Amino acid sequence: MATTTEAPPTPTQPDPPGPPRPRRDDDTRTTPRWLYAVLSVGLLVTAVPFAWMLVSSFKPERELRAVPPTFWPEDVTLANYESLFTRLDFPTYFLNSALVAIAVTVGNLVFCSMLGYALAKLDFPGKRVVFGLVLGTLMVPGVVTFVPLFVLTTNIGLTNTLPGMILPFLAGPFGVFLMRQFILSLPDELIQAARVDGAGELRIFVSVILPLCGPALATLGVLTFLTSWNNFLWPLVVATSEDKYTLPVALALYSVGQNATQYGLLLAGAVVVVIPVIAVFLVLQRHIMQGIAMTGIK
Amino acid sequence: MAAVSTTPTGTGRPVRPRRSRHVDPTRRSQAIAAWVLALPFVVLFLVFTAGPVLASLGMSFTDLRSTDVRDPFAVEVVGLGNYADLVQDPLFLKVTRNTLLYLLLGVPLTMAVALAAAVGLNRVTRLRGFFRVGFYLPVVTSIVAVSVVWKFLLRERGGLLTTAAGWVGLDVPGLLDSTTWALPTLVVMAVWRNFGTLMVVFLAGLQTVPREQLEAAEVDGASAWSRFRHITLPTLRPTLLFGAVITGIGYLQFFEEAFVMTKGGPLDSTRSVTFFTYDQFGFGNYGYAAAASYLLFLAIVLLTFVQFRVLREKD
Repeated sequence: MATTTEAPPTPTQPDPPGPPRPRRDDDTRTTPRWLYAVLSVGLLVTAVPFAWMLVSSFKPERELRAVPPTFWPEDVTLANYESLFTRLDFPTYFLNSALVAIAVTVGNLVFCSMLGYALAKLDFPGKRVVFGLVLGTLMVPGVVTFVPLFVLTTNIGLTNTLPGMILPFLAGPFGVFLMRQFILSLPDELIQAARVDGAGELRIFVSVILPLCGPALATLGVLTFLTSWNNFLWPLVVATSEDKYTLPVALALYSVGQNATQYGLLLAGAVVVVIPVIAVFLVLQRHIMQGIAMTGIK
Repeated sequence: MAAVSTTPTGTGRPVRPRRSRHVDPTRRSQAIAAWVLALPFVVLFLVFTAGPVLASLGMSFTDLRSTDVRDPFAVEVVGLGNYADLVQDPLFLKVTRNTLLYLLLGVPLTMAVALAAAVGLNRVTRLRGFFRVGFYLPVVTSIVAVSVVWKFLLRERGGLLTTAAGWVGLDVPGLLDSTTWALPTLVVMAVWRNFGTLMVVFLAGLQTVPREQLEAAEVDGASAWSRFRHITLPTLRPTLLFGAVITGIGYLQFFEEAFVMTKGGPLDSTRSVTFFTYDQFGFGNYGYAAAASYLLFLAIVLLTFVQFRVLREKD
């Protein structure tokens, strides 16, 4: 019924704009109060675990076991952090995490922009195959490759080393895809003009293309750093002695090991893992949001 | 052949002598430069991704154990033996069930929360960026760290949840100690941590919903729900499917949450396929672990394939 009466007028709708439409404007301008209330409750649910983590990490162990729990620490203490950094070896874990994340980020920025440019702007035999491989790899989960990777790193002596943690992640398909998409949007005329001026192909990449890739490189850099900082399965497998643990590995193993009931220590550990990331995110969130909107993948 | 057919298509612009395709030195140097640029990625890819993906498949047909790693000739080919054992292994069947349950509960819930948040944010004019950043925050944080915090919040004695439930007179036990509730609890945490990604994707998708149609429908007296149901949702369909698949691929691999919060328990009720693979690797059963991981890989490929099929059918 609705279809028969509606169908004819819809395509020839242009006439209605004649009468004034005050109602519509009002509707889009005023957002109902309840919506803000619901969103605020949602925000609270998102934030409470982090807030609880932060304040609790300053409580002494005794207070953490209090029933009912306290929110604000009754006596504020740094003891948990002191234990992390003196009794346990968190400075080493922090350094390992940072070194791995920095190396992985630099590698991805360099290698992914190189291939991204080739795929976006150059013609070469095998291009379709390489791009197909990049897309195919996006699907490959770490759980499929970690067993043979472990055999490989054992045989070339990279097990329990930082290079062993870095190399498998040095050039990811996500980065190639992101850089290709961005470079595609740069005008071809720039490259043509540089060629006319006699610049070599690699020269064009370094001096013409790369300087224009700032936003994409920033997005890729932030996302890669965060992913590497939070990476778990492979570091867990490949780090076989404590001095090679990254932060997530150390925290996870402590939380299921002999320190499992030392809440203060674990919460302070969680703060050390999470707070730098939140800080980076809040400063650079624009780049992250752009990356997701551009590719749909975190 | 290709060169012949492309020349007439470039009718728009005048033919420049520089661009003649047959004896073009720039084409050659382009190809060389492209391969130089592609080489590092391709080498790393072959060694650390393609190689292991194939090796994993190969291993899954053998009885390779950790003790054989330095002596590959001691390994025997067992054909499909590992796979045959897996489908009869009660623990593997249990972890498969857990993983599927996690997927089937987690994906719709995450999508629903993300869609609601996106639609809500889309209607908000002030503070939109603020809310968006807030909702997205958990996505960037380490699952391990978040799991440590949630484990602390969900403790039976002195945990935030039990206490808060006590205020309203509810008696909530330690959810992570229950074979019934541990897995759904992990799902809820996954929703909490992950909906931000889909929210941003859906929010971008909502910008493509034709405004004129929405307005026309409103003038025709369609209710807000009916406008959402008949205009917004159909437009978002590809975005929603895409979201379902990327979320599903992630959830099929869940591991860290269970590792930290429940150690796979109680009674293996939160052990996942990835967890099983990691365990078998730890026991030294590399061939068996590889076979389990390949079944998971197969599920992921299938999920992706189904998405492409569904998308193509409707287009």
